[in-house]
Amino acid sequence: MYDKIFRPKKMVLPNGKIVLEKRSKTPLILLVLIISIYYSIQLTNFEISIIKDRWNEFFVIVWEMLPPNWQYTSKLWEALLDTIKMSLLGSGIGALAAIPVAMLASVNIMTNKVIAIASKVLLSLLRTLPTLVSALIATFIFGLGTTAGTVAIFLFTLAYVGKLLYEQIENVDMDAFEAMEAIGMTRIQAFRYAVIPQILPNYLSTSLFCFEGNVRYAAILGYVGAGGIGLILNENLGWRDYSSVGMILLLLVVTVFLIETVSEHFRKKLM
Amino acid sequence: MMTLEKQLHNAPKNNRYLLMVTVIILLLFTWSITALNFNNIEQSGMVIASNLVKGLLNPDLDLLFDFTSSGIMYLLMETIAIAFLGTIIGSILAIPLAFLSASSIVPSLVAYIIRLLLIVVRTVPALVYGLMLIRVTGPGPFAGVLTIAFVSIGMLSKLFVDAIEDLDTDVLESMASLGCSTMEKIRYGIIPQLFSMFLSIMIYRFDMNLREASVLGLVGAGGIGAPLIFAMNGYRWTEVGSILIGLVLLILIVELFSNRLRSKLVRG
Repeated sequence: MYDKIFRPKKMVLPNGKIVLEKRSKTPLILLVLIISIYYSIQLTNFEISIIKDRWNEFFVIVWEMLPPNWQYTSKLWEALLDTIKMSLLGSGIGALAAIPVAMLASVNIMTNKVIAIASKVLLSLLRTLPTLVSALIATFIFGLGTTAGTVAIFLFTLAYVGKLLYEQIENVDMDAFEAMEAIGMTRIQAFRYAVIPQILPNYLSTSLFCFEGNVRYAAILGYVGAGGIGLILNENLGWRDYSSVGMILLLLVVTVFLIETVSEHFRKKLM
Repeated sequence: MMTLEKQLHNAPKNNRYLLMVTVIILLLFTWSITALNFNNIEQSGMVIASNLVKGLLNPDLDLLFDFTSSGIMYLLMETIAIAFLGTIIGSILAIPLAFLSASSIVPSLVAYIIRLLLIVVRTVPALVYGLMLIRVTGPGPFAGVLTIAFVSIGMLSKLFVDAIEDLDTDVLESMASLGCSTMEKIRYGIIPQLFSMFLSIMIYRFDMNLREASVLGLVGAGGIGAPLIFAMNGYRWTEVGSILIGLVLLILIVELFSNRLRSKLVRG
């Protein structure tokens, strides 16, 4: 299409051969980019002068957070542990539930195409829903508290791990699976002994990675009433008690850092 | 004894290690089950769930195709604009940070300090940035743009660093042997290698930012989040249904499009 409007440049080589050089698409892409930036700026009322005049307002809250309110720590442990519990349980159950769903979604295991496509659509629909939105819906159904948060994290983990898992299952070497089916194993047994050994390290690594991210997500779920440390964070932000907010954030950073370090250690071992 | 069996016996045994890890994980799970509490499921929970499904099945179509400033189409456009500008600003901020935290370019102490800073920046929840930035810009989509920019810095610079450290330095060496100056080396040796990688990372992050931008409305930073939560609190399920359908469709379409673009970029 593009080549028809802007004809490729013709070049004649010394030996008389004609070579066509396609025109660069860079000007078109730049034009589209500039137009979209222009309209985005219009739509969002973006003004660089406001940033120039008022950027120091950003640090007002940062300075108020320092030094953090150390006395507040004793009240935080329970909420922090709640957050960790939520993400642990949600990730664990989600990762386990992802196995059967991924089996149903991969075309080389599931012979029924309709079920495979339906499971894929289900997984991508679940994945598109932002975690905070699913937590919001869960609070309406399961009431306020950690249960709603766990459900939201479960759904996200199921979708994320499920997608990566079925992609791996579809890429495994199927020879062993066929051989086992040929000697009379059922499909489930063949899956257990031929496919699982191939995907297990990657599956565990993905689940751990998802768990890391979930700890960070679980921290904000309290914002919609889904329990954990986010609830306290939200309260203190409302009271403008920023030194307590600073303490919560510090504790969160340390926790996330520790969990990331431990999980990275195990993920490196799995590789 | 058959060779096969011998081989089996020679396999390294780490049963004790595996058993310990399994026991620890199981203990952690049983401990965390206390987070579940089905006692306070309200009686109305099931009613709400069925209302939500009903709302999703017959959404408010007038609202869905409303292009005025309170309609879903406009709000979705606003969400896209927030994510788009936020990704661009975030990338501009992330590129220098990425070069500063690449241990192959700067001294390892500097790299380590910048990395710690990035961990802190990454862990602070988006909603906290939202509240801080509303002080700067006032509520509205402008605050959303800056929030998205801050939220994306952490991941963007981490992925940028990986791309920088994977840089093929042989090219630079051969250019040096040809007598290229430093600027020429950067222009013809480094930028062509990094450009498509960076672009692919930015598109990936744009995808994620769209999701982030859709929940920022909760703190008053524009986008479709605020109308959603108002509609839910007001139990207006047909409205909730149409907002959710619009949001999910938008994210699916953008994801499809960006996956295509990225695979094209990576394959060249």
